[in-house]
Amino acid sequence: MIDTTLRIVIYGLLTGGIYALIAMGLSLQYGVARVLNIAHGEFIMLGAMLTWALHTGFKMNPLLSLAVSGPLLFVIGFLIHRTLFKSLRTRAPSVAAFEGNSLLAAFGLLFAIQSIATLIWTANTRTYTYLNIGVEFAGTVYTVNRLVALAVAVAASVVFYLFVTRSRLGKAIRAAAQDPATAGLMGVNIDMVLAICFGLGAFLAGLAGLLISMYNALSTTIGLNYTVIALIVIVLGGLGSIPGSLIGGFILGIIGSIIIIRGDPSLSVVVYYGIFLILILVRPAGILGKK
Amino acid sequence: MNVTRPFTRRKLLAAGLLLLLLIFLATFPFYGLPSYYTVLVMTFFMFGILAVSWAMFSGATGYMSLAPAAFFGIGIYTTTILYSLLKVRVFSVLPVDALQPAVNAFLIGAVVAGGLVSFVLALLLGLVTLRLKGIYFAIFTFGLVVFISELILFLEIHITGTRGRTLILPGTGAPLCSNTTIYYIMLGILVATLLAIYFIRRSKLGLAMQSIGGNEEGAEHMGVNTTRVKVITFAISAIFMGAAGAIMAAKLIYIDPIIAFNLNYSFLPVLMAIFGGMGQLYGPVIGAVIFAYIQRILMTEFPKYYMLIFGIILILAILYMPGGLVGLVPKLQKVRLLSKLWKGGGAEQRANT
Repeated sequence: MIDTTLRIVIYGLLTGGIYALIAMGLSLQYGVARVLNIAHGEFIMLGAMLTWALHTGFKMNPLLSLAVSGPLLFVIGFLIHRTLFKSLRTRAPSVAAFEGNSLLAAFGLLFAIQSIATLIWTANTRTYTYLNIGVEFAGTVYTVNRLVALAVAVAASVVFYLFVTRSRLGKAIRAAAQDPATAGLMGVNIDMVLAICFGLGAFLAGLAGLLISMYNALSTTIGLNYTVIALIVIVLGGLGSIPGSLIGGFILGIIGSIIIIRGDPSLSVVVYYGIFLILILVRPAGILGKK
Repeated sequence: MNVTRPFTRRKLLAAGLLLLLLIFLATFPFYGLPSYYTVLVMTFFMFGILAVSWAMFSGATGYMSLAPAAFFGIGIYTTTILYSLLKVRVFSVLPVDALQPAVNAFLIGAVVAGGLVSFVLALLLGLVTLRLKGIYFAIFTFGLVVFISELILFLEIHITGTRGRTLILPGTGAPLCSNTTIYYIMLGILVATLLAIYFIRRSKLGLAMQSIGGNEEGAEHMGVNTTRVKVITFAISAIFMGAAGAIMAAKLIYIDPIIAFNLNYSFLPVLMAIFGGMGQLYGPVIGAVIFAYIQRILMTEFPKYYMLIFGIILILAILYMPGGLVGLVPKLQKVRLLSKLWKGGGAEQRANT
C-alpha cells in the first residue's frame, strides 16, 4: 500500500515536472500575448522530432541539441507573432475579438505545422534510447532519463521564474501582461515584448519536447494531447502564475499516475478531458489564480 | 438589414431566381449524370447546413462554438443506435418489398430524432456554458467534442465490447438507402435551415442576437435577456447539425466515434462561414460549396497536402478577409461607385456590415 502510494507520487512528480514546463510556455503566450495557442503542442512535437532527428542523424546528445532546436523554435515563434498575430492584434476592435480570431488562426497553425512535420518525418512512430539505465528505489525501477528530464524541467522553471521576476525584460513582460496600453506609454515596446513572449513560449515547448523525446515514443500527431494537458494545468494553477503552473503540473501528474497505476490507462484521455471541461465550467480563472 | 419599398422588384427577382435554383436542385438527380455528382452536391448541402447553422448562432452573437462536430456526431449516433435497436425486431422480419419504404420512413424519423436529441443536449449545454466568456466557451466546446468521442470509444471497448458499427440492410447487406434518397433528405434539411435563419434574422430574437454580438452588456441594459436568447439560438442551431448527422449516418455505413466526432466537422463549417462571409445569408452557403469542392479535389489529388493547404487558407481568410467573400462585394461596389461617381449611394454597403 505504502509502496504503491510512493510509486504514484514519484511517477506523478516525474510527469508533473514536464507538465509544468509545458504549461509555462502556454501561460506566457496566453497570459501576456493573449493568444490561446492551440498549436502549442505542435511546438512540443517539433522540439521532440528535431531532437530525434539530430540524435539519429548527427549523433548529437539530446540535451545539447537544445543549442540548435531552442533558438530555431524561438525564432519561428517570434516570426509567427510578428507576422500573423501582430496584424490580427492591430486590426481587432476588441481584446475578445482578437482572442477569438487568434484562436482560429492558431488552429490553422496547428494543421499547417502538423502536416509540414508529417511531410518531413512521415507519420511513423519514432524512438531512440538515451540514458535508459534503471535505478531501483523502494522496490520500483525508474530510468535515469526520466530523472534527468525532471531535473532539467525543474531547473528550467526556476531559471524562467528568476528571469521573469528579476530581469529588466521580465519586468517589461509583467507590465505588458498587466496593462499593455500603459506599459506602452511607459516606453515598453509592446509589439517586441509580445513577440518575444511568443518566441519564449515556443522555446519552452521545444525544451519540453526534447525532454519528452528522451523517454517517450514520438510521432507528428502527439501535439494536441500536450496542448490539452497544458490547458488543464493552466486552469488548475491559474493563468500567468509560474509557481501555479508548477503546482498544477504536479497535481495533474499525480492524478495521471493514479489513473495509470490504480485504474485503467485507456481511461486517462477521457479523465483528462473530463477534468478539463469541469474546470472550465467551475473555475475558468484557475484554482490558484486571481479572479 | 431592412429591405424597404424601393427594393421590392429586386426582391421578387431574387425570389424567382431562388425558386429556379431550387427546381434545378430538386430535379438534379434525374439529369443522368453519374452518381458521383449527386454525392458531391449532397456534400455541398451537408456542409451548407453546418456552415449556415453555425453562423446562425456564432456569426450573430460572436460566441465561437466549436461544437458542430459534437451535434453532428450525436445525430450520426442517434440513427446508428435507433437502427441497431430496430434492426432485429422490426427490419429483419419485414417482407422484402416492404423493407425499403420502412427504412426510408425510419430515416426520416431518425432525422427528426437526431435534431431533437441535439436540441435537448444543446439546451442543457447552453444553460451551463453560455455564462462563460468568449474564449472559454470556444475551448470548452472544442474539448467537448474530443471528450464525447473518447467517452463513447471507451464505453464501446469496455462495456459493449465492440468497436464501431455498420449500418446495412438485413439480408442483402446493402446500404440503408440510395444516394438519391440521402440527397433529397439533405436538401430538405438545408431548405429548413435557410428558412430558419431567414426568419430568425427578421425576428426580435435575431435583433437581440445582433445586439449581443455588438455589445453584450449594452444589450443586457436594454432589457434583452441575453442568456435566454443565447441558449435558445444555440439549441435551434444544433437541431440542423444533428439532423444532418442523422442522415449522414446512412451514407457513412461504417460508424465509430473517430469518424462520427471528427473535429473537421467543427472546423470546416467555421472556415466555410468565415470564408463565405456572414454579412449575408447566402455567404456561408457559398463558402460551403467552394470549400467542399476544394476539399474533394485536395483529398483525391493531394491527400498529403490537404491539411497544410487547409491550415494556410484558414489563416489567410482570418487575416485578409474578415468579411469573407460576401464582404468583398461592397468593397468592389465602392470601387465602381468611385469610378463612376454615382450619385449618393452608400446606404447599400453599410447594410451589410
